[in-house]
Amino acid sequence: MDKFVTHRGKVMPLRRSDVDTDQIIPAVYLKRVTRTGFEDGLFRAWREDPGFVLNNPSYGGATILVAGPNFGTGSSRQHAVWALRDWGFKVVIAARFGDIFRGNALKEGLLPVQLDQKAVEAIWELAESEPEKEIMVDLGERQVRVDDAVWTFPIDEFSRWRLMEGLDDIGLTLRHENTITEYEQHRSHFKPVVA
Amino acid sequence: MVGATPKPRTLAEKVWDDHVVRAAEGEPDLLFIDLHLLHEVTSPQAFDGLRLAGRRVRRTDLTLATEDHNTPTGYADPSFNTRRGELFTIADTVSRTQIETLRKNCAEFGIPIRSLGDVNQGIVHVIGPQLGLTQPGLTIVCGDSHTSTHGAFGALAFGIGTSEVEHVLATQTLPQTKPKTMAVTVTGELRPGVTAKDLILALIAQAGTGGGNGHIVEYRGEAIRGLSMEGRMTICNMSIEWGAKAGMIAPDETTFEYLRGREHAPAGEQWDAAVAYWKTLATDEDAEFDTEIFLDASAISPFITWGTNPGQGAPLNGVVPDPEEFIEETDRNAARHALEYMALRPGTPFREVPVDVVFVGSCTNGRLEDLRAAAEVIQGRRVHDGVRMLVVPGSYKVREAAEAEGLDKIFADAGAEWRFAGCSMCLGMNPDTLSAGERAASTSNRNFEGRQGKGGRTHLVSPQVAAATAVAGRLAAPADL
Ligand code: SF4
Repeated sequence: MDKFVTHRGKVMPLRRSDVDTDQIIPAVYLKRVTRTGFEDGLFRAWREDPGFVLNNPSYGGATILVAGPNFGTGSSRQHAVWALRDWGFKVVIAARFGDIFRGNALKEGLLPVQLDQKAVEAIWELAESEPEKEIMVDLGERQVRVDDAVWTFPIDEFSRWRLMEGLDDIGLTLRHENTITEYEQHRSHFKPVVA
Repeated sequence: MVGATPKPRTLAEKVWDDHVVRAAEGEPDLLFIDLHLLHEVTSPQAFDGLRLAGRRVRRTDLTLATEDHNTPTGYADPSFNTRRGELFTIADTVSRTQIETLRKNCAEFGIPIRSLGDVNQGIVHVIGPQLGLTQPGLTIVCGDSHTSTHGAFGALAFGIGTSEVEHVLATQTLPQTKPKTMAVTVTGELRPGVTAKDLILALIAQAGTGGGNGHIVEYRGEAIRGLSMEGRMTICNMSIEWGAKAGMIAPDETTFEYLRGREHAPAGEQWDAAVAYWKTLATDEDAEFDTEIFLDASAISPFITWGTNPGQGAPLNGVVPDPEEFIEETDRNAARHALEYMALRPGTPFREVPVDVVFVGSCTNGRLEDLRAAAEVIQGRRVHDGVRMLVVPGSYKVREAAEAEGLDKIFADAGAEWRFAGCSMCLGMNPDTLSAGERAASTSNRNFEGRQGKGGRTHLVSPQVAAATAVAGRLAAPADL
């Protein structure tokens, strides 16, 4: 995983709330067995509308998606994160995220940034009046900055450290393999096994 | 310390504490996972990751795979039962590839699999409980958000993403930050004809799709205690639809009776030890929840959704709401969008909304009790002209049990389609889909845009309302027939 320290990029304003993962990438794209190439499924249904923001060339190359509250609710599909990542997004900003989506995003190095709805509105307006404008997302300082505006966002210390170091979770856990083995030796005997 | 009173804990906290392999300041707890369920959709990339890193599956004995999302549920060939596991019926090559990939991965890594054609094949959240693998006090995960279903047994069960699937395969553990706890206390009794599905839809409409965010929810109170295991599963299943990390119900005699004698349930002395432990799991009297919600069961009537998220619901007795009456601007916009997509006009009585398709099935309402409830309504009646009704058992075993009771006949006589087990029309991934513009009454759990097929319109309902709707050709409750 690449390290994430700061990111400067253009904003794509997505004025929708409750964007569920079925909208981010419809179920038919879940049939693939590969790990990349999901950008073609991103917001597939909405993209058929020529006026949809993803089709607007002014926002070409945007790397920061700014959406309404409850982004990424619904199904657990990691494909939603892959689709956003493969399209080129590095950061998603919203007032609230679906829990599983948020966890999935953190694991893939796509940074979910939680700002209040007022800040989201301010960024939307900015992006709509000046689509070329870049904003700064600073994970070290837990800040989003543009011009004179500074917004702070919450993120737990551990996730922040992992992202900034670009560490893979499984490797981290396997450093404690002995502790796992020890735990296994004390599990209750009546717990079920499959095979 | 001898004599010290331990801090009172909730059910969720007890199960959590029992699974902490490692805790360190400033880091998530490392939790041991007792049962890991797999299906074809969210696992291929996880196995790919293992191969890339040269890792093995740590506990194949705590891992079980099945095929459900992609599998077709209609087989023209009556000899299907004798041709177990063959893929010839999956016409869609991509679906077939996904299922073949799961089979290859399970063979390569030594994981037991219940394939299409196996008597234990079915929707992943139906077969876990059915096999007796889902037990109180366990941690259960699956790359599927409706894993919350298993919480009905007092297990801590939640959906995970594919990278977490890989993590569990490799380590049998998951790093997790402790969520907050919430109690949903449902007082009173459900009125006759009102079901667990109505209860959970009403709760989500009240609390909103984000109302449970960041919480493990414990459903309690006399209305919950009065539910069967099937009803409890319906409730816990939809926990994720209002954002909860997991839903749980404390195990009691109903739970024990359901489990007794099942294939993987403990037996003999093991059973006694297990029950003794399970009884300790209930929330302590003085334990505190971070959040509490109260609901009066007796005030609930048959409930449906009118919009494109499960929180956009209302009593069937009502009318399509006017978006302008919502207080929050985001809610107004969402309602406007939803009504446009659903092609509904404000003020229209729900009972005047005609449907094209009725779907009874899914991990929310595809168990034997659900099929019985729908059959009872439809017995001796006919599916309305021009309406297509699909009845899809949640597992192969559910299908067999239903046939043993003659339910298949009742449905067939009424003009409904009796199908094989799978996720079917719950999501648009297999041949059972809505066409653009078609409207369905569906016992599943998601009414998202296009969930049941591109351009399809979904009203979430209980099995009873689904069956009555099939007969009436419009949204209806059994009492209307
Ligand atoms: S029945 Fe529907 S909700 Fe349940 S596992 Fe299948 S697709 Fe998911």
